[in-house]
Amino acid sequence: MAKELMKGNEAIAEAAVKAGCKAFFGYPITPQNQIPEYMSRRMPQIGGAFVQAESEVAAINMVYGAAGAGARVMTSSSSPGISLKQEGISYIACAELPCVIVNIVRSGPGLGGILPSQGDYFQATRGGGHGDYRLIVLAPASVQEAADLVMDGFDLADKYRIPVMVLGDGMIGQMMEPVEFQERPAVELPEKDWAATGWDGKSRDRAIVNSLYIEADVMSEVNKKLKAKYDEIEKNEVRVQNFMTDDADYVIVAFGTIARIAKNAVLKAREQGIKVGLVRPITLWPFPADAVDKISRQVKGMLVVEMNQGQMLEDVRLASEGRVPVAFYGTTGGIIPAPDDIVAELVKMKEGK
Amino acid sequence: MAKVFEKTKMLTDVPFHYCPGCTHGIVHRLVAECIEELGMQDKTIGVAPVGCAVFAYNYFNCDMMEAAHGRAPAVATGIKRVSPESLVFTYQGDGDLASIGMAEIVHAAARSEKITTIFINNAIYGMTGGQMAPTTLVGQVTTTSPLGRNEETQGRPVNVAEMLATINGAYYVERTSSHDVPNIIKTKKAIKKAFQYQMEGRGFSLVEVLSTCPTNWGLSPVESMGWLKENMIPQYPLGVTKDLGAAKEGDAV
Repeated sequence: MAKELMKGNEAIAEAAVKAGCKAFFGYPITPQNQIPEYMSRRMPQIGGAFVQAESEVAAINMVYGAAGAGARVMTSSSSPGISLKQEGISYIACAELPCVIVNIVRSGPGLGGILPSQGDYFQATRGGGHGDYRLIVLAPASVQEAADLVMDGFDLADKYRIPVMVLGDGMIGQMMEPVEFQERPAVELPEKDWAATGWDGKSRDRAIVNSLYIEADVMSEVNKKLKAKYDEIEKNEVRVQNFMTDDADYVIVAFGTIARIAKNAVLKAREQGIKVGLVRPITLWPFPADAVDKISRQVKGMLVVEMNQGQMLEDVRLASEGRVPVAFYGTTGGIIPAPDDIVAELVKMKEGK
Repeated sequence: MAKVFEKTKMLTDVPFHYCPGCTHGIVHRLVAECIEELGMQDKTIGVAPVGCAVFAYNYFNCDMMEAAHGRAPAVATGIKRVSPESLVFTYQGDGDLASIGMAEIVHAAARSEKITTIFINNAIYGMTGGQMAPTTLVGQVTTTSPLGRNEETQGRPVNVAEMLATINGAYYVERTSSHDVPNIIKTKKAIKKAFQYQMEGRGFSLVEVLSTCPTNWGLSPVESMGWLKENMIPQYPLGVTKDLGAAKEGDAV
């Protein structure tokens, strides 16, 4: 297929269609509106369902219903809307329903602003809602990668029966880049024999899609089962990209669009004779702790750059276990760091300031 | 000996957990019988609420989902939109539907979702121990209205069947009662009609069933039936509040 110039939000929506998404439930909120708008046109063309829900709360519960009935389903929103979805996401996690949730992050807290941010890292990687659970969290750095990760996200969701979050930001959602929807090899996925599709009384057990377990030992078994699944995902699904790390004395750790800016900073710093590399987590959960651990044994210092006040920073510090200094540079409110700002931080670090 | 009555196959053999004199069990049976009589055993997907009927998924012998508090109409929307041939119903109490889930039920009706809601109104929160509901009567004593519901500070009861009748998308709404046999028979007829409308692809339908809560009302089962009749029916008149099917056929609405 030829490359098309597409806005990130539209590429995300079309990628879902290409991945077999048959239902979309959303609610307007900037900067992700092109996703539901696109789906409202596209879903009827493929015999799929589109509903503009009365709220994000309703939308995520529609996702619960459609996923529980066995359909590939997606919802999207932006930070304040994702907060509203947390109740439903927690139920979906416990009921082990596969779905894809897109968060085009804007600045916060509160109503915040509509400009790009990475302030939802904690919420995304720590579960976000109540209870003891995880999401797979995928962080694209380009429109192409956003499309690819949406498609991968549906397969991961089905493979592990887990909600997958694609964590973009206003930049990914709003910028236009060339994108190609590649033919993908068919993945073998487990049959959805747990889905509520109408029961004939014989061909399978009666389906009960549920997250209520009032007996302590039963609830505990459910928690253990979820943990075993999360362990399996941590073992198999970590994704990380290293850039110019082989000879690096220092590394930047950054995710999403900020990693692209950091890449430029790496090149600029090398022009100034500072041997810097970049570690870019693609899965924010499972976090590439091994990659960070490994690089922390090679370098003299690490600089975490985020569009927040230091969230992934905690995971980097945990993974590097105090072996080297871990500095932080962050911007907030929708202010995007420039490569020179990052280089200045690297110089400070090198000089031990 | 000839068999004169048989329990519907649409109920499992699990004993109900409901209190003596509570009419949830009766309404469960009516819903189950309607599904069986309509031949929809293998096409029905039910959605259980949060509240006393939270374990409904253990009792209805069909595929079931358990929804978050108040969200059953949204869950049912998701099911019906990807599975339009299914008979999809929600079973909700008054705290679930008329309080925390008010937005979901109103908008399911507004979209004219082709689902059916069985709404149990017993004027109180049962599961959590007898707190005031939106449907609690003025003056009714509950654990959060210990001096009786005060209309100045706690407002007046919400009449769901009348309210939803004003929603353009609602197709069929009726209020019935479960306090005696003639009304139980009427309730079954209403539930069956609601299911039939859904099967014919018409719009949103809801049957509000006045029900008892002897435990939290502090009455015996028999006294509860009388209390419902004496106190609830004046506030919640029985009958059809909307029926676009009847209007189409030229009958009085």
